[in-house]
Amino acid sequence: MATQPNKQATQACTNNSKVLRNLLFVVIAMFGFGFALVPLYDTFCSLTGLNGKTAGVAYSGTELQVDNNREIKVEFVTSLNESMPWEFKASQTSVIVHPGEPTKVGFYARNLTDKDITGQAIPSVAPGLAASYFKKTECFCFTQQTLKAGEEREMPVVFIVDPSIDEDIHEITLSYTFFIKPGSEDAQAANGIKHTIALSTPLSQF
Amino acid sequence: MSAVIEEHHGEHHDHKPTGIGRWLFSTNHKDIGTMYLWFSFTMLFVGGALALVIRAELFEPGLQFVEPELFNQMTTLHGLIMVFGVIMPAFVGLANWMVPMMIGAPDMALPRMNNWSFWLLPGAFGLLIASLVMSLMGMGSAPNFGWTFYAPLSTTYGPASTDFFIFSVHMMGISSIMGAINIIATIINMRAPGMTYMKMPIFVWTWFITAYLLIAVMPVLAGVVTMMLFDRHFGTSFFNAAGGGDPVLFQHVFWFFGHPEVYIMILPSFGIISQVVPTFSRKKIFGYSSMVYATSSIAFLSFIVWAHHMFTTGMPVATELFFMYATMLIAVPTGVKVFNWVSTMWRGSLSFETPMLFAIAFIFLFTIGGFTGLMLSIVPADFQYQDTYFVVAHFHYVLVSGALFGIFAAVYFWLPKWTGNMYDEKLGKLHFWLSTISVNILFFPMHFLGLAGMPRRIPDYNLQFAEFNALASVGAFIFGFTQLILLYNIVKTIRGRNTVKATGKVWEGSEGLEWTLPSPAPFHSFSTPPVVK
Repeated sequence: MATQPNKQATQACTNNSKVLRNLLFVVIAMFGFGFALVPLYDTFCSLTGLNGKTAGVAYSGTELQVDNNREIKVEFVTSLNESMPWEFKASQTSVIVHPGEPTKVGFYARNLTDKDITGQAIPSVAPGLAASYFKKTECFCFTQQTLKAGEEREMPVVFIVDPSIDEDIHEITLSYTFFIKPGSEDAQAANGIKHTIALSTPLSQF
Repeated sequence: MSAVIEEHHGEHHDHKPTGIGRWLFSTNHKDIGTMYLWFSFTMLFVGGALALVIRAELFEPGLQFVEPELFNQMTTLHGLIMVFGVIMPAFVGLANWMVPMMIGAPDMALPRMNNWSFWLLPGAFGLLIASLVMSLMGMGSAPNFGWTFYAPLSTTYGPASTDFFIFSVHMMGISSIMGAINIIATIINMRAPGMTYMKMPIFVWTWFITAYLLIAVMPVLAGVVTMMLFDRHFGTSFFNAAGGGDPVLFQHVFWFFGHPEVYIMILPSFGIISQVVPTFSRKKIFGYSSMVYATSSIAFLSFIVWAHHMFTTGMPVATELFFMYATMLIAVPTGVKVFNWVSTMWRGSLSFETPMLFAIAFIFLFTIGGFTGLMLSIVPADFQYQDTYFVVAHFHYVLVSGALFGIFAAVYFWLPKWTGNMYDEKLGKLHFWLSTISVNILFFPMHFLGLAGMPRRIPDYNLQFAEFNALASVGAFIFGFTQLILLYNIVKTIRGRNTVKATGKVWEGSEGLEWTLPSPAPFHSFSTPPVVK
């Protein structure tokens, strides 16, 4: 180790810049990894159905064998994102289906304002593991829905529960939440309202 | 802090820059360490003041002092300031001061970067605290979504000042990353001849591992706040369900950072305790290499347990079981460390100076916090404990009577080395006893409150929680004001009037390179590397 101090200093300097370069590379890689978690999460969830998201496009697979021996109760929950000034409900609260059998359920929405509003319904299935077995051949959630001022609309959903679904599942809940189309002027206007609501609610609660 | 007495040591005179420039343009690891420590201490009082507002409000049921909106801002800023402004800078400050001296290096490897990483912090916290000042002046709300800033509270519903918060987090992230790079480069390249990795003091080891954790996760934190920024202003929908995103994704990304972060806040304290306990037991540390391996195992495990913060978000049983068992596994290396400290004390000739008292309190109280952590790791139990004061009790035991007590121990332990004067032992003991008793009055009742169902982050509570809350508030005020004793003691030690001069070795049982230097440590030390046998 008995090198001249000068040489040692230069040596330390090159080593330092090497460490710096390597670690900066790790930093950039980890920053990228943070963003990579987004598609990883989506892929993981769509493979496993963990977060209860159903497919965003219509099911067009083969016809499924109807299993008449099993009955599954499918319940419907409708909700509006708090800034959404629509009325939104299902025609029935639940339906009993046989796995494999296509079932049609009506949903109803009405624009309560005197403005045209575009909305997007986001479906979610509970339990999450049932999501990938819940196939929709027709749904208003695949596209955005524009309702003119005061307009009302019947929107059918046709779904099939895959017969290969886990034996333990006897009930499935399908929930829709209608959001104002994100990024639209309506959404921004509604955000303003929401801020005041968010600020004043706690006060009135106490 | 500059009352360091002119010292003639070996072949060097101390050439110190003077005036404000000494601090603004400093590249000296000791000066930068000092600035980090004072910054952290200042923030301790700021964050502590916010905590006292919270405890004053919770002294009795009903709303007394603050509106719920302001209460939310208090909890948020208290958490952020204590985590990023107190614990982390204090550790970096200690690393700056001690790591070069402990491994026989003349300075940090990248001194200019060191300067930059410190001077980013006042800017970062200036931004954050500015948001609170503006809020108090009636110009909109400060961040009010909790230190975990869950979306959509911080995106769709975040106040305008959220952007101050985002840039503040970016700046502290850059600061931490640069600090970590510097520490790693120093440890890899600047060790004295003969100082092999397995001869390094445990404090250096724990910081080495902590620095890697920082480099791995601070960029992820930067990523998640960047996504927030994009969601808020550039029309993306990372966390917005309406646009196809998912708020639960936020929690995954956040806790992927957040869980290693809690180990970042405790590993250096483990290192400090591993220096203090052998010194005052007059023995070598028991199980040196098992300490190193235990620390590395904790660091590794910290990456695969994040979802235990999210058991109630709706996860399949298999995932919950995985995260539950992985979390429980952390108790094993942590237990190794606790048993090693106790074994170090076993049959040692112990003396109870203030650093040792804080170290023993650390071992005892941190273990309580560790056990409540084990309770929280049990999935079915966590469903009840989630979001209650039990969680608050748990993490304050590990962070206050754990991390912070570790920092107190370090300050008392090395203060004579830094200033050349012995601190006032009587005041030190008073500070210790008042802190230890009041910290338990403050946090122990929170266990019962949480088990009885009192929720976190709510400014009001049901009547049956009144007694324990009043008790906790009394403890909080005693604990808060007790810290003024520490401030007084430190200032008194630095001024050096009516104090005893410290010897180079300072403690009877001290071992290691930093104690071979005179006290106060000269401005430039180890310009010629010492040889470690």
